[in-house]
Amino acid sequence: MQAPPLHIDDLIDDRDVSIVVCTGAGGVGKTTTAAALALRAAERGRDVCVLTIDPARRLAQAMGLTELDNNPRAVPGIGGGGSLHAMMLDMKRTFDEVVEAHADPVRAQQILSNPFYEALSSSFAGTQEYMAMEKLGQLHADEDAPWDLIIVDTPPSRSALDFLDAPARLGSFLDGRFIRILTAPARGAGRGLGRIAAAGFGIFTGVLSKILGAQVLADVGTFVAAIDTTFGGFRERADATFALLQEPSTRFLVVATPEGDALREASYFVERLQQEGMPLGGLVVNRVQDVDRELLSADTALASAEKLSLEGEDADLTARLLTLHAGRLRTRERQHHLTERFTGAHPEVATTEVAALPEDVHDLAGLREVGELLARGESV
Amino acid sequence: MEQTLWPGVALHVVSGKGGTGKTTVAAALAMALARDGRRTLLMEVEGRQGISQVFDVPPLPYGERKVAVAPGGGEVWALAVDPEDALLDYLEIFYNLRRAGSALRRMGAVDFATTIAPGLRDVLLTGKACEVVRRSEKNAPDAYDAVVLDAPPTGRITRFLNVNSEVSGLAKVGPIRNHADLVMSVIASPRTAVHLVTLLEEMPVQETIDAVTELHDAELPVGGIFVNMTRNPVLSDEELELAVAGDLPADRIEAALRSVDFNAKSSAITATLIREGDDHARRVALERRESERLADLDVPVLSLPYLSDGIDLASLYELAELLRSQGVR
Repeated sequence: MQAPPLHIDDLIDDRDVSIVVCTGAGGVGKTTTAAALALRAAERGRDVCVLTIDPARRLAQAMGLTELDNNPRAVPGIGGGGSLHAMMLDMKRTFDEVVEAHADPVRAQQILSNPFYEALSSSFAGTQEYMAMEKLGQLHADEDAPWDLIIVDTPPSRSALDFLDAPARLGSFLDGRFIRILTAPARGAGRGLGRIAAAGFGIFTGVLSKILGAQVLADVGTFVAAIDTTFGGFRERADATFALLQEPSTRFLVVATPEGDALREASYFVERLQQEGMPLGGLVVNRVQDVDRELLSADTALASAEKLSLEGEDADLTARLLTLHAGRLRTRERQHHLTERFTGAHPEVATTEVAALPEDVHDLAGLREVGELLARGESV
Repeated sequence: MEQTLWPGVALHVVSGKGGTGKTTVAAALAMALARDGRRTLLMEVEGRQGISQVFDVPPLPYGERKVAVAPGGGEVWALAVDPEDALLDYLEIFYNLRRAGSALRRMGAVDFATTIAPGLRDVLLTGKACEVVRRSEKNAPDAYDAVVLDAPPTGRITRFLNVNSEVSGLAKVGPIRNHADLVMSVIASPRTAVHLVTLLEEMPVQETIDAVTELHDAELPVGGIFVNMTRNPVLSDEELELAVAGDLPADRIEAALRSVDFNAKSSAITATLIREGDDHARRVALERRESERLADLDVPVLSLPYLSDGIDLASLYELAELLRSQGVR
């Protein structure tokens, strides 16, 4: 079964598209895809901002990002009529800025120095996803910004779905029932909850103190009280960005490699996007073995290699090159088979395949090459 | 007699960048260590059910299950640890609080507790691994000869294992602190080895090098580096040099192709073979550069080949055998 081709250029040229989200399992090349796409869009005339989460050092350098400063920087050396800004997300800095923007200086200081805030802002499992969403919301809301297209890379989560789920989880955690109770221990047990819940709550705080210690609970209480009185619900903020991702001006690109795990993850994500009514742009399959499948079959190549190797020294090189060719065909066949399984389950998803490059991308020229491959919109 | 790597290690922690095949290597390691009638436990902690896919068995419940037999009568068992269940275990073992724990779970409070203290989740997961390891000291009937932990990816591994510093910001004294200390007494000891899986590519190698530094700084014991999916060069060193220089002899290749009757297509095939040879040579050069960077680390390096047919149970036996021939036993 053949998937419809994904036309990347149509997508990035479409002025109605203002957000592109690149998502997928860890290690599939999301960041490189996002950067290559951003460069291509800029050189085709769009004003682009690319938000990367955790780029490899040399990729960051390729875009002129030498330090993590949490602000978009203009990337020099862009051809065509557009412009490109790039930034790396600093999740703690983003969180701090949210606090500073919404609280008076005294209270902001209280929040920032709370030990629980320290832990939450630097190591809570969902904070990176939440802050990526927060930053995306900010970049999109910035009226004076020079960009009209934002391309986002997503955090290297356990699962691609975390990007959608973690913000709501953190939001509901901070707005949640238990935390409300903790911030008002005196009234929590008495009113509204009823006797059974109150009894349960007694066990709850008892066990929590046992496990965590009373000091941790006190820190959490102080933190939530401080943050609650200064700005509105976290959940609302997460919901607003979630809604932004459902708008028709957003496109998701699901990134995978032609391996079982990565394609399975891509499958889950495609299903989830459909369920949430989020617009799917298509599937990008990276690192596909580049080989001409029409020229010479693996069997013929191997048979000829065998014949040649009997002829002695002079033909050995050709025999080895034919063996190499056969190996590439075999790998390609396996990859094709795995990708076909995805297409069988999701025949409507437009797909583009990107050939594996022999070396990593280090500079804008390398990113341009990846952009070129992305835009071919067909099987390798 | 070949040397045995990591004698006396009871807990093998396997990490690696996404896409490097960390779960496969962990499974092969558990299989290699189970040879000669031994019993190993392979644990996963990320809720991905990667083990059940590798061994082709139904999704694992929270309970130890036998998933494979090793040559020589050994057994590989598996366990998917869930933080909620680990918390209930912890409450039961240390406070005899299982019933209260179940009530808490119904209220959603367990999820709350593991959310409220980011370090708590990790302490519970590593704590479960340490509990299993400590069984062998007590000569418990359900003890294992070795435990292999399929751990979070390289970028997060030091924080995941260094539970001491993780909880220190949260709990300076109290029970969770004591539990963390107990966990560290296993993880930061010679009974543990932290292994890193990588590919011979720039990014995974860089992450591996960074992780080794971080682990050393945190005084956590680094075991070995497992270079996965390696491919032997098809061309000789001389031919590789020619390819890199763009000097593969087109005339000789084409003549050889004609001699095996590729008359009409021989020039098109020659061009393709030369392009692929060049690609291959660049790839080999990159792999050799990355290999040297790993060798500089002064950590044992093991290698496992790329299997072009993918991974199934039979290939796990093959990989386990290759690990044994490199000193894992």
